[in-house]
Amino acid sequence: MNAGPMGVGSKLMWAGVAGLGAVSFGIVALTRGEAVNAAWLVVAAVCIYFIAYRFYALFIVNRALGADPTRQTPAWRRNDGLDYVPTHRYVLFGHHFAAIAGAGPLVGPVLAAQMGYLPGTLWILVGVVVAGAVQDMTILFLSTRRDGRSLGDMIRAEMGPVPGTIAGIGVLLICIIILAVLALVVVNALKASPWGTFAVFCTIPIALLMGVYTRFIRPGRVLEMSIFGAMLLLAALLYGRTVAETPELASMFTFSGPALALIIIGYGYVASVLPVWLLLAPRDYLSTFLKVGTVVLLAIGIIIVHPDLQMPALTKFVDGTGPVWAGGLFPFLFITIACGSVSGWHSLIASGTTPKMIENENQVAFIGYGGMLMESFVAIMAIIGACVIHPGVYFAMNSPAALIGSTADQAAQVISSWGFVVTPDVLSQMAQDVGEKSILSRAGGAPTLAVGMATILSQFLGGKAMMAIWYHFAILFEALFILTTVDAGTRVCRFMIQDLVGSAIPGFRETKSWSNNLIGSALSCALWGYLLYAGVNDPFGGIYTMWTLFGTANQMLAAIALTLCTVVLYKMKKQRYAWVTIVPTVWLVLCTVTAGLEKGFSSNPAIGFLAQAGKFGKALADGNVLAPAKTLGDMSRVVFNNYLDGTLAIVFVAVVVVTVVYGVIGIRKALGTPTSTAHEVGAIGLVGGAR
Amino acid sequence: MSKLAAWYARARQTARLMIGVPDYDTYVQHRKTFHPGEAIMTYEEFFFERQAARYTVSKDRMKGCC
Repeated sequence: MNAGPMGVGSKLMWAGVAGLGAVSFGIVALTRGEAVNAAWLVVAAVCIYFIAYRFYALFIVNRALGADPTRQTPAWRRNDGLDYVPTHRYVLFGHHFAAIAGAGPLVGPVLAAQMGYLPGTLWILVGVVVAGAVQDMTILFLSTRRDGRSLGDMIRAEMGPVPGTIAGIGVLLICIIILAVLALVVVNALKASPWGTFAVFCTIPIALLMGVYTRFIRPGRVLEMSIFGAMLLLAALLYGRTVAETPELASMFTFSGPALALIIIGYGYVASVLPVWLLLAPRDYLSTFLKVGTVVLLAIGIIIVHPDLQMPALTKFVDGTGPVWAGGLFPFLFITIACGSVSGWHSLIASGTTPKMIENENQVAFIGYGGMLMESFVAIMAIIGACVIHPGVYFAMNSPAALIGSTADQAAQVISSWGFVVTPDVLSQMAQDVGEKSILSRAGGAPTLAVGMATILSQFLGGKAMMAIWYHFAILFEALFILTTVDAGTRVCRFMIQDLVGSAIPGFRETKSWSNNLIGSALSCALWGYLLYAGVNDPFGGIYTMWTLFGTANQMLAAIALTLCTVVLYKMKKQRYAWVTIVPTVWLVLCTVTAGLEKGFSSNPAIGFLAQAGKFGKALADGNVLAPAKTLGDMSRVVFNNYLDGTLAIVFVAVVVVTVVYGVIGIRKALGTPTSTAHEVGAIGLVGGAR
Repeated sequence: MSKLAAWYARARQTARLMIGVPDYDTYVQHRKTFHPGEAIMTYEEFFFERQAARYTVSKDRMKGCC
């Protein structure tokens, strides 16, 4: 894995990869007026990944971090056969990728496609190479050198208790917002869709059955249970069509957005207080395998079908007037893409179980950097999925009803007036093809991606007749793992609330107490449930408002993690190479602070929460109703929620600024000390696993 | 054939670790080598222990969201 001097053959090979990448990238970036094939995008991305890995990741690992192949990793030093186990790098790569891959990289790029395929693609590729993968790898390295300690612990040890606490609050906020936003994605996908709702509801009894099977009938037989569960899931998916086509059954599974929101909040509460083996674990197993399987299937589909991208490279919405989310290219494109190129959340995973199993320090590039490159490839596939469908269909699915109306005729007229000519027939035909009554205003990425996936997959498996099944398969797969996240995330929030409240009432910290768990879960569900319910009832469409907030929070956590990396590089006396983390830190701080300030204080009501609150508050005081609100009740909800969101945006800015100040203090201290002051654990000593 | 078997074993190991269950044989080997004479969990006990551990949230155990 070390980058030694290159032979002639390997020089030629890398020159070839670079040439191919440059040509493909040129085609993707410079073609105007005619459709670009998705294959060029895939080839360009893969070439960039290989070059970035070979020349940048290995440089960072060998020079900046100074990985030492002779140093014992925690897996050897604390080997217990359970948490700390030296694990083959391919096996660990799979584990790490499954842990970081989630809904984020599927949603963000789809929403970013409103500016055309090019801006999103560029940031997914550049962002992952210089920011996202660097963060994941460096945090993994730091945690490996500290017995696999968590991000919060490392911040406390290296930067002090205050930034540690601040980071903790940041994590709690992200957690609450991501739960609300992801639940909102599910609501938008399932509202008035009996087929999807039936299939997703069925996952609950199926998971319960699987839970009982692995607990009592055939304990621990994961393969059998997964095959059995997957078959039941497939049956539910196929029977869903009958449900949708039978009026009596269909009416039982047709829900409005607010009703679905309440159901999901109730589900989140019940699921998070049940024993884990009954519902959470089996559902997690199913969703993990389905997620990895679907990603592979989609990759194969894109390669075989290699469709043309229908979306132009750039749309007129680069000026910030887009219908899907508000705000200009800088900083909001970067905030919107979030997890596909850099995700703060990964800093929690890279300091979780992976560092306890890594065999050798020289594998951090393969697992940390490589895992994130894979995640970025998922984001590239998501943007391809969103861009292979008719742009008119894309905007019909992602614009709020307040803008495009609620019939195909109105929507087609409005969207055509934006320059994306589409007929009402195209919109209703697409709805019919995927087995839905309407596809309008289903913002949130999942339904759009489902249409894109159905378009691609049906071309090589099953033809048009299968399109409705592929669409609902895609919805089911996304809903399944989002609901797993809702369950697991509610537990994480509960723990953090217990920890926070526990500093005032110590008895509340006891996580084994049933009453504490019941109260903690209720508090946790109330927090994200409130935001979810507000989002569902938001006359602007919740995604329009809330995704930006989530993106800001996520990038804020990444900025915190990268600040830690920078401080530690200085403490290790590696300041010569500190630019590798300083560059992405500065960029993320600029993005989050600008976005937070604009969301807070912009005088344009479409962007600034406080301006919006002021505008609606003034009208409310005069007794007027402003569109898209329909009643005075709507009006006061808009005012309150905008004040709430504005406050959150400002809190994010404060968190970033305080962390950076502590970072600068830490760096100055480190510069004043002649020797390394990093708090590493373990000594150097040769042990197996070097490859 | 043995190559195929090795490939299958590794794929199985990967799939299991994805859901938080490390290799059982490695665990047994570890106990025998470093803790001779001490109790070794059966596969079922091992599975339940790992399952509970994966979902127990604590200061250094947080599951991902996105």
